Amino acid sequence: MTKTRKKRKFEWSNYLFIAPYASIFLIFIVLLLVISLLLSFTYYDSVNAPKIIGLTNYVTLFTQDNVFMQNALPNTIMYALIVGPGGYALAFLVAWMLAQLPRKFRNVAAIIIYLPSLVGSVLISVVWKAIFSGDSRGYLNYVLLEFGVINAPVQWLQDTNVITWVVILVGLWSSMGIGFLAMLSGILNVNTELYEAAYVDGLKSRFQEIIYITIPSIKPQMMFGAVMAIVNAFNTAGLGTALTGAVPTPQYAGWLITDHMNDYAFGGRMEMGYASAISVVLLMIVMVFYFVANRFFGGKDDV
Amino acid sequence: MMSSKVDQAIRKGLRKNRRKASYFGSMIDPKGFHPSQLKFYIILLPILVIMMLPIIYIISTAFKPINELYAYPPKFFTRQLTLQNFISLSEATSQTGIALGRYVFNSLLVTVIVIFLSLLMSSLAAFAFSYLNFKGKKFLFAANQFAIMFIAVAVAVPRFMVISGLGITNTYLAHIIPLLAMPVGVFLLKQFIDQIPRELNEAAIIDGANKWQVFTRITLPNIKPALSTIAILTFQQVWNNTETSNLYIVDEPIKTLPYYLGSLTFGTSSIASQGISAAASLIIFLPNLILFIILQKQVMNTMAHSGIK
Repeated sequence: MTKTRKKRKFEWSNYLFIAPYASIFLIFIVLLLVISLLLSFTYYDSVNAPKIIGLTNYVTLFTQDNVFMQNALPNTIMYALIVGPGGYALAFLVAWMLAQLPRKFRNVAAIIIYLPSLVGSVLISVVWKAIFSGDSRGYLNYVLLEFGVINAPVQWLQDTNVITWVVILVGLWSSMGIGFLAMLSGILNVNTELYEAAYVDGLKSRFQEIIYITIPSIKPQMMFGAVMAIVNAFNTAGLGTALTGAVPTPQYAGWLITDHMNDYAFGGRMEMGYASAISVVLLMIVMVFYFVANRFFGGKDDV
Repeated sequence: MMSSKVDQAIRKGLRKNRRKASYFGSMIDPKGFHPSQLKFYIILLPILVIMMLPIIYIISTAFKPINELYAYPPKFFTRQLTLQNFISLSEATSQTGIALGRYVFNSLLVTVIVIFLSLLMSSLAAFAFSYLNFKGKKFLFAANQFAIMFIAVAVAVPRFMVISGLGITNTYLAHIIPLLAMPVGVFLLKQFIDQIPRELNEAAIIDGANKWQVFTRITLPNIKPALSTIAILTFQQVWNNTETSNLYIVDEPIKTLPYYLGSLTFGTSSIASQGISAAASLIIFLPNLILFIILQKQVMNTMAHSGIK
């Protein structure tokens, strides 16, 4: 029986099922990555043919590009660490608390928490601009002035020390996306008998319950959530610009690697090779985050 | 396999703590209110308020008359509802010579086509990954798994080149084709198809169905929740997308709504523009919200199968 089944399944028409997706996948994901890597070793102004210059782009990037080393790179790492793992931990805790509340409240609350991720932070920055407006009419300034927390309006979106934090806050606000829903759904689907058995066996606190039952039971969802958190944290571009209304942002505060890359590629400089080197470095950083997450939640190994 | 892991975890907990704690049972998915839930409400309510604040602001500001926008102290909630901002928005549009409706039409057209094609391609691929055999299946699936964490913004340069190379710059296709591949969609669909009992397929085949019929008659009806979820994810990506209009489209009449609204509000901080911006944001935001509310149940159902093992 298995023999006939196998034979049937190797028909050529099987390829028709996979071909449409595979072709788009190969062109718009695999090919793009390959081109990025190759271009990063060239000088290419998008008019003349690319000229191979070896590792020059990378050397320049790490030794001469002050904006990259002092702004884009540290900003991105800080943004990614807070919005990635930070947002992820927050999403888990919120999901865990919500799972212990009645269904009606939970459903409404889940929508409210998921809402911001629906629109994306860049598009919605118009709202945050009004809240963080620098004059006394800005909502945050007004509230803080009223309560006497500050004496004069704070230039939230001009003060270079503050901009990065506003960018992070807005990123965090819109970070509770599909990973959050996955974890919530996972927690709700843990077999309740496990908890009962564990308490009989001597589990004694809610914290132990999370560590020994909840997280091991939803490890696959935790991994999915982690991957989504990483993607969300690095897939941000133009947030600082949208908030401050300036290109580049004042003294490159809140300026991310993606912004730096777009600036070189499309900001009039047309340095496609250099921009590609920047994106390769970004993808390397993403991989590091991925492997760390995989160590914590990846399958196949023991608990 | 999973339960043995959990058993292990329980035993670990047992070893650590031999004393028998009083049993207070599971508190997951309670039927009603219990005093022990109070602490969670107290922590969650401020979070909910912060998450909701910008949304409430959009709604409130979109319907604010101009004198209230200028009012000091600033009022968060509007007193007199007005549609003035929406009228100004459509008038601002006509100054560029292109009506707001044109951008809305473009966005709707592009979104519907991408969702349809993407769902079709992804479910065919997921069916193949789950049920059919073909050369390179393992490799392609592993690649897809890895590509879930694909950072689209990082490869804007080669994407731009490929779109020029395909000769689709400045056409509707430039809005559509780059957004079709969605590795996370294929992954979720495959997880879902894996849950369908194989006996159903085998029974249909014994009754004379070929694999196309298995796909359309058994697989598709059984993966509706997953399809709804992918539809929402795709909707978000396409409906909110500004990159395609920014980089690949030159002609104003085939640009999309979010691009237009972004260009309208970018760099301006005048108070009068706040109302228009909010009205614009609301137009973008509402379809997202409505779609999610309708499909929430399906999404949660799908997410239960989202785990990466």
